[in-house]
Amino acid sequence: MGLPADGSAPIVIAVRDLAKRFGEVRAVDGVTFSVARGELFGFLGPNGAGKTTTMNMLIGLARPGSGSIEIGGIDCTRDPKPVQHLMGIVPDESNLYPELTGFGNLCFCGALYGMGRRDREARARELLALFGLAEAGERKLGGYSKGMKRRLTIAAGIIHAPPILFLDEPTTGIDVASARQIRQLIADLSAQGTTVFLTTHYIEEAERLCRRIAFIVRGRIVRIDTVANLLDRVRDRYIMEFALSAPGAGLCEAVTARFPHLRCYAAAGNRIRVESAEPVRVGPVLRLVEESGGEVLEARRITPSLEEVFVEITGIESEAMRHEKERNGRGGGE
Amino acid sequence: MRSGIPLWAILAKDLRAYYLKPPNISWGLLFPLLWAGMFFIRSGSGMESIPELLPGVIAVSILFGTTSLLSVTVTFEKKGRSFERLLLAPIRLELLMLAKTAGAILFGIANALLPMAIAAFVADLSGIRWGILAAAIVLIAVASTFLGLFIAVSVSEVFEAQTFSNFFRFPMLFLCGLFFPISVLPLWLRPVSYALPLTYGADLLHEAVQGTGVLPLPLDFGVLLVFCALLFGISLLGVRRRWIT
Ligand SMILES: Nc1ncnc2c1ncn2[C@@H]1O[C@H](COP(=O)(O)OP(=O)(O)OP(=O)(O)O)[C@@H](O)[C@H]1O
Ligand SMILES: [Mg+2]
Repeated sequence: MGLPADGSAPIVIAVRDLAKRFGEVRAVDGVTFSVARGELFGFLGPNGAGKTTTMNMLIGLARPGSGSIEIGGIDCTRDPKPVQHLMGIVPDESNLYPELTGFGNLCFCGALYGMGRRDREARARELLALFGLAEAGERKLGGYSKGMKRRLTIAAGIIHAPPILFLDEPTTGIDVASARQIRQLIADLSAQGTTVFLTTHYIEEAERLCRRIAFIVRGRIVRIDTVANLLDRVRDRYIMEFALSAPGAGLCEAVTARFPHLRCYAAAGNRIRVESAEPVRVGPVLRLVEESGGEVLEARRITPSLEEVFVEITGIESEAMRHEKERNGRGGGE
Repeated sequence: MRSGIPLWAILAKDLRAYYLKPPNISWGLLFPLLWAGMFFIRSGSGMESIPELLPGVIAVSILFGTTSLLSVTVTFEKKGRSFERLLLAPIRLELLMLAKTAGAILFGIANALLPMAIAAFVADLSGIRWGILAAAIVLIAVASTFLGLFIAVSVSEVFEAQTFSNFFRFPMLFLCGLFFPISVLPLWLRPVSYALPLTYGADLLHEAVQGTGVLPLPLDFGVLLVFCALLFGISLLGVRRRWIT
């Protein structure tokens, strides 16, 4: 096991030049990263970026095309079996047994990891209570709602208290309160020393939860850094957002032509954003927009967050990313 | 010791979820009995013909308790993604697949015991060579279960598993020499018969029940074992190739 640059904790997941293609599609295209013990590492990217494919290669459900994977110091590029006992896995969709009860599912999953009957039954009850499923526990999974299935799938992933936890979009498809509770749980597990690899397309989730984030787009990591460092880029940046009555892409050119020290770009829903290293003076911009035939409905100050960093680095509109996801029928997290 | 827990859990879950379910039990029992009844009535003979029917009924019972049940349940779990759970568990694939097939093997054996129990009440079974019979039943159950596994890794839809099972099952029953000797088949069909595992199982059953086997015992056992090993090996390869993408 290598040591990370800051020398704090040993590396438990080391991935080098990992690639995989499906026919002509380069699903994952040369991905390199490492995760230290106890770290909460986020994989953030839009639909089809390669998040699930990367995770599947790490856990042993997909065969890497090239590159290498080391987990817990063991090379498991070819054979993941020797390290699978270290892993807890929460896939993007439920893969539990519809014909078993919630309790039965948890106990079965515990047994797969060698837990004795008493152990797994006690732990199953504890988790059912923790996830608000105590009463549903005796019912068959087939009759669970989507959110209940999701929560049970997460419970099943941690029943054996794994030292490394893989979560594929854990909060997609569940209500706000449950999503918050699950984030808290993930944060707690991490605080207790569990190493977490998490994929998400919710930028706020990544910002709130993760210590380090990789932005993945079209199979490639475009940036990888700690959340603190990523936010540093935008910390002393001022952003004003103008809501217009019509699309305002053309206006941006006018704004930057008149005020070269400003950056102007279109945002979702007939909005434009004006960015500067110093406070933006709204008056002149407003006047210019109206002179150019635009109608401003609203202007507001945006506190720069990871979202702005993401948009800047990937060129992908975060709103678009979220909406696309929800259209695809998985429901919203927040 | 540690791997005993997951393997037992897989077997127990399948027994409870699939093999001990009333529809499966009744289908597994009813079909061979109806089949036997049909032959019994058609032959028009009395109870003394029961030993003659027994090998066929045993083979049908096993075949109907194993191949399609296993292929359908595995395909179903593969489609519902719960099979992923097993692939992700820290259990070697060989052991995992043995645990996964053990339920069907046991179910096939149990299905064979019922017609025998009934036969024991109504006919004289004193001439049976029990050792050979027991070995034959186990080997036929294993081979036809592994055939189901092979089908499961070759298809992706549940109905395909069902169709393929029948595709193998019915011709096998008629070509294996259980209901009429292979010697009455047209010459060109005989090689097909000898390419079927059940032919060797049927020969063992005939030998055990009535002493009328035509092939040497070691050949029967040997070929059945080779079939089991091949079907299991190819199926494992299929899982590694197709299910770990
Ligand atoms: N089994 C497969 N066969 C063919 N193409 C695949 C397969 N799995 C993934 N892909 C392709 O690989 C690319 C990456 O898919 P992947 O599921 O890893 O994305 P993702 O980041 O998890 O997306 P999402 O946010 O929608 O879950 C996509 O273009 C997808 O179409
Ligand atoms: Mg995905």
